[in-house]
Amino acid sequence: MSRRVVILGAGPAGLAAAQAAIAHGADVTVLDEGERPGGQFWRHHDALTDPRMQHQWPRFERLRGALDRAEVHAQASVWHVETDGGLRMHALVGPADAAGRTALTVEADALVLATGAHDRALPVPGWTLPGVITAGAAQALAKRDGVAPGRRTVVAGAGPFLLPVAASIGLAGGSVAEVVEAVGVGAIARGWGRSPWRLAGAAGKAGELTEYLGDLIRHRTPYRFGSAVTRIHGVGTVEGATIQRVDADWRPIPGTERVVECDSVALGHGFTPRLEAAIQAGCAISPDRFVEVDGRQATSVPGVFAAGEVTGIAGADAALAEGAVAGFLAAGGELGDPRLRRVVDARRRMHAFAERLATHAIRSGWTAWLDDDTIVCRCESVTRARIAEYADASSRGVRLATRAGLGACQGRTCGRSVEALVAASVDYDQRPVLSSIRIGELAGLHHTPDRIKHQEQE
Amino acid sequence: MTIRIAVDGTELEGRDGQTIAGVLIGAGRRSWRSAAGAERGVFCGIGVCQDCLVTVNGVEGVRACQRTARDGDVIEREAR
Repeated sequence: MSRRVVILGAGPAGLAAAQAAIAHGADVTVLDEGERPGGQFWRHHDALTDPRMQHQWPRFERLRGALDRAEVHAQASVWHVETDGGLRMHALVGPADAAGRTALTVEADALVLATGAHDRALPVPGWTLPGVITAGAAQALAKRDGVAPGRRTVVAGAGPFLLPVAASIGLAGGSVAEVVEAVGVGAIARGWGRSPWRLAGAAGKAGELTEYLGDLIRHRTPYRFGSAVTRIHGVGTVEGATIQRVDADWRPIPGTERVVECDSVALGHGFTPRLEAAIQAGCAISPDRFVEVDGRQATSVPGVFAAGEVTGIAGADAALAEGAVAGFLAAGGELGDPRLRRVVDARRRMHAFAERLATHAIRSGWTAWLDDDTIVCRCESVTRARIAEYADASSRGVRLATRAGLGACQGRTCGRSVEALVAASVDYDQRPVLSSIRIGELAGLHHTPDRIKHQEQE
Repeated sequence: MTIRIAVDGTELEGRDGQTIAGVLIGAGRRSWRSAAGAERGVFCGIGVCQDCLVTVNGVEGVRACQRTARDGDVIEREAR
């Protein structure tokens, strides 16, 4: 009997895992919360997406084609992962947040976690104004819906992801006022210039970056280094942004403020892995808060593999290589198999590329651009002063007294920022359920007979 | 193909396949919810932050950035 491999997530890592596991003869099930496979990288709609926004599309089409031989559940919100006494995933399937979705339980011999990451956007005065969105949101709205976030957008944060975001906004009909990168030119040259021969294998990436830079030059879009959006202005909606020089620690330099007129601001200071499923499965998490994996992409839990951004922020090419390794091994293959040689090489090259991304890692000085009344927890409208008041309290104390992290997003947006402000872990990664589900649905599950895959074999 | 949805009694036009957030932004609407008395709209765009919640055809707490708009949908704003 073939091995049953379940894959959570249908982005680059999950799709590559599915293809590899199918090729190795496994019985594959893919669960993804989106309406269509692709994840964030290949987010698309056939009629609404400008194809110029996509990269490596033929590769996506091949991977999508491989799914013909898998059981695919789109719009599946996995809310519980069991690893005691077998691997079992519980999901609700149906339109996003609809009442009365269908319960689905899937059993597996091996599980591949390919849940990706989401933007980390640092708080800034005015960031709750409508018109302020994450860099990923700008990308999603452009790719998925064919709309720009506004007429004139400031794109600000850190890292090369700001480039495709600026390009997508242009292709969706908006204009980009400025791209604002917190890391200075000197630090970027040192970070990316060091031993460039190790980047040779990532030539495709370099080509992509050159294409984006050419796009900025054509549109005469200013690209500011060593600067940050330190305040967003407006009444009821965005009307402008203060752009200010920052030092190497990202502390704003007084006297360098400029106000730029804009009606939207896209913020992206890096990414946070979506660890919920891994934590629920009991996987060891590294001190820098990624899923720990070995050379086989195996986690600390037997039968559970992880690939892509949950194991470290390294981009789509690394995710594709890691996914292929994870899927092949989850299906019972061996790391030494010659068929894996190419992807193992690709993985090594892309990890060398990923090391350079650390050049753009968040520095601690950003907290200096907050006011006392800047909202940090958006869900519960909790201010920086309120959090600072309880900085010495226990994790539970901070939460109960301030309510930061107890709102609808359960600390997904503010968690890391609250930790920076109280200089301690607040355990916002520990959530009882993976994705938001209705109390009625949770209660109803007790009465609804679950559709258990492979029930006939039990 | 064009679809029409009603948002707080106002009819908005969108393109078939767009999310509710996509229709709203495409129609120039930035905010459709309030929190602590202030206006809010879409923020993360990928279903994580819950800042864009709306009531869809009477069902509360639907992420506008995740739900594909259907012709005739009735959207109401939420406040908390």
